[in-house]
Amino acid sequence: MPAAAKISTSRRGEAGRAGDDVRSDLYVSFEERGSGGIEIDLRSRVELYYGEVIRRQVRDVLCALGIEHAFIEIVDEGALPFMIAARIEAAVRRAGLAQRKSVLPEAATLAAPSQRDRLRRSRLYLPGNEPKYFINAGLHGPDAVILDLEDSVHYAEKDAARLLVRNALRAVDFGAAERMVRINQLPLGLADLEEIVPQSPDLILIPKVETADQVSDVVGAIDSIAKGASVARPIWLMPILESALGIENAFAIATAAERIAAITIGLEDYTADLGVAKTAGGSESLYARMRVVNAAHAAHVQAIDSVYGDVADTEGLLHWGEASRAMGFEGMGCIHPVQIEIIHRAFAPSPNELEKVLAIVAAFEEAQARGLAVVSLGSKMIDAPVVQRAVKLVALARKMGIIADEPTAGEAS
Amino acid sequence: MSAGVATSLVTNAAGRRVPTHVNGREQAPYKGVNQHCSTGNKAAPPIRSSSDYPANGDKRVPDLETALRLCGLRDGMTISSHHHLRDGDRVALTALQTAARMGAKDLVWFPSASFPCHEPVIDLMKSGAVHHIEGSMNGPLGDYCSHGHMRGLGVLRSHGGRWQAVQDGEVHIDIAVIAAPTADFFGNADGSHGRSACGSLGFALADSVYADRVIVVTDNLLPFPCVPWQIQGNNVDYVVEVDSIGDPSMIVSGTTQITRSPDRLRISELVARFLRDCGIMRDGFSFQAGAGGIALAFVDYLAGMMKQANVKAGFVRGGSTKYLVDLLNEGLIGYILDGQTFDLDAVHSIASNPRHVATSPFTSYNFHGKGNFASMIDAAVLGATEVDVNFNANVVTHSDGRLLHGIGGWQNCLFAGCTILAVPSFRDRIPVIVDEVTTVTGPGELIDVVATERGIAINPRRQDLLDAVKGKGLPIRPIEELQTEVEKICGGKPAKPRLLDRPVAVVKWVDGTVLDTVWQVVDDNPYAPKVSGGE
Repeated sequence: MPAAAKISTSRRGEAGRAGDDVRSDLYVSFEERGSGGIEIDLRSRVELYYGEVIRRQVRDVLCALGIEHAFIEIVDEGALPFMIAARIEAAVRRAGLAQRKSVLPEAATLAAPSQRDRLRRSRLYLPGNEPKYFINAGLHGPDAVILDLEDSVHYAEKDAARLLVRNALRAVDFGAAERMVRINQLPLGLADLEEIVPQSPDLILIPKVETADQVSDVVGAIDSIAKGASVARPIWLMPILESALGIENAFAIATAAERIAAITIGLEDYTADLGVAKTAGGSESLYARMRVVNAAHAAHVQAIDSVYGDVADTEGLLHWGEASRAMGFEGMGCIHPVQIEIIHRAFAPSPNELEKVLAIVAAFEEAQARGLAVVSLGSKMIDAPVVQRAVKLVALARKMGIIADEPTAGEAS
Repeated sequence: MSAGVATSLVTNAAGRRVPTHVNGREQAPYKGVNQHCSTGNKAAPPIRSSSDYPANGDKRVPDLETALRLCGLRDGMTISSHHHLRDGDRVALTALQTAARMGAKDLVWFPSASFPCHEPVIDLMKSGAVHHIEGSMNGPLGDYCSHGHMRGLGVLRSHGGRWQAVQDGEVHIDIAVIAAPTADFFGNADGSHGRSACGSLGFALADSVYADRVIVVTDNLLPFPCVPWQIQGNNVDYVVEVDSIGDPSMIVSGTTQITRSPDRLRISELVARFLRDCGIMRDGFSFQAGAGGIALAFVDYLAGMMKQANVKAGFVRGGSTKYLVDLLNEGLIGYILDGQTFDLDAVHSIASNPRHVATSPFTSYNFHGKGNFASMIDAAVLGATEVDVNFNANVVTHSDGRLLHGIGGWQNCLFAGCTILAVPSFRDRIPVIVDEVTTVTGPGELIDVVATERGIAINPRRQDLLDAVKGKGLPIRPIEELQTEVEKICGGKPAKPRLLDRPVAVVKWVDGTVLDTVWQVVDDNPYAPKVSGGE
């Protein structure tokens, strides 16, 4: 052992960020040593309050990773424990050590498993390597959060972000929000799935899908990892169509797997593929969006729209969302929490609309009670599809909490 | 040693150990809210005769040195200044440096607040020219005091408390140096015009009335009369004309920006919803606003709700900014009663809109007066560095014990009908809701609501508020529950930083009693974020 230690060249790895402009993150520099135990050099904003707690955690994490001798330098900008664990693990792995070990933070309580057809009006994007946005994301009330490992993460940081997202899925309470993860394209996405799937994400977004086979590959990987890790909760899929070919294959993709709950469109990449400018009105992507809506409805999955990029333009967002709903989409993405409430408003039926459909439903129920086949409202006869749509919309409004739930027989006292 | 006079410590009604003497003067320990009522008469400056002043009204002298000499500058004098020029002020430092050059020693500087631009006063304290500061200290001055380097004890007062101390004779100002954006040779002065315009000059009003000698320093001398005048020339001894009283870009900000931080926006929205849903937002109501990130955003949300409900506010006390001015112009609020003017739009408004009124700590805040505006306000939305589970709050020190902020009008505003602290539940992993605050600046019985991004805690003393918001869909939660949740996120209770058993400053309550002691810090964390608080 001492002889081996002598000849071993020390291995180093770094992870994370520190500096005046960084908050809730840390920089870790790890250096393997042959002897001498663990030496920690810690500089922390919160030294006086959590210095000892952090040192203890560093030792615990290194011990769990099987590291006995090392020098570790940490510059901490007030990172939370799950972030510290992920950054240390990333630095150790980058040093080429502990490849098969991981340190998982304490698990938070999860909301109920998500339903295939649950509300997905808003999904809040959280860049996977920016942990400061994670902790309060659920408080803003989005229908879903997306921990993103793809476009918002630099190629060199994919490995570190993966661990951070894994720990967040486990330790962060996202409240009632559905926990989504956007993985990278395969084969890189396979490594994402290895870390992510055992933590029971509710839904995985697959980027840049062009063929049904690509979905099948992901499904195969999820099935085998989920089985190995005994994942009991459902993991839904939302393929993202971001190219002309993807749009052409929309229906095949939407029907490629049982796990698919929705399909969506990525407009930045789509317009780039066409070689056209993305405009505020969006006429260049009108066909693609309508194609997605139609394919989704044909496949009985949800059609979800892209994001609205100008955070300051709340009016524009509202109009886009309203138009999107009118086309048949059921939700869209958010890049800032201020967009959530506006999107929820855009995808809600208007008071006028509600009044009408409630009247139709009432007329329908009355006709049913009187044994009439024909539903009429005032002097107008109401067609069956109109009744169907009204019933659906009333149910949706209940889900959104816009109208109160009807007491069921069991609840009535 | 601090203080210079033997002092012992007693435990006051807030359960805090406080010195019996501060800088040689005997002190009353805090006795509870509204428990200490002074008797006797107010202090008064010496009687002067107009025959001792130029009959033509021209009180100009060539420079500040001449003015100080004519004022009889001596060792140990108390020199006051105001902070309406904020971090752009050049006058206070120049006055102290001039006095030092003239050989004065052991001066007491009595500013209404200090700013980072006043850092060179440290050199004056080291050289012995300045003995100590009685006023808010933060940044480098705060660190100097926190480490026990100041010869006397710091005395932190609210804006109202400063007026009270001056009028009650607790602080005797020998020479008041008043920086004035506009003045005439008689000494009439105002803040609403000129290239260094700062809006109101209210913080200088007590100094002008109660000081033995008053010097007005201006960079915008107008032919008599300077109208309007907030400072009356009849109280002024000398007028000095200088090239510049300060850096306009640091006096007011060109534009005021609402925060884009999602968490702060959420807190702001919750505060506005709370005011709406508990019924405080009704026709003719009033509120206090400031220029902080949350304060601005809360006004924005509230304005939207007021429009929707067709409700107008009677008056707003501020802290005026473009946002408040827009509401005034839209007719959504009746009056702005302005204590401090923060941006250019607000400065233009106070200069031109008769419904935008300059006020002073006397009208707004003074506890030893025949009432004040602060207690007439329906709701005040304030910040804090820490709040404990009994709703006691700290605004002057960081959790590590270092002086961070002045009290400003914070203590005075606690007398509003509903006092709301709008705070994040943790900052940089440091929980804001604690078992015991580092420094009690406000007693919990006056703090009604703590609004965080994780929910709103209502003081159990305010059953009326608890009842009013029932069933309104607001995230109302016990304060202990918020504390537990945040401690879980942060990885346990934070350790309490060690502090030396040596006072470096005291916090006064609005009635002049000593509410708490600021202790010397021991551990320096070289990686702690730099702090640069406001007044």
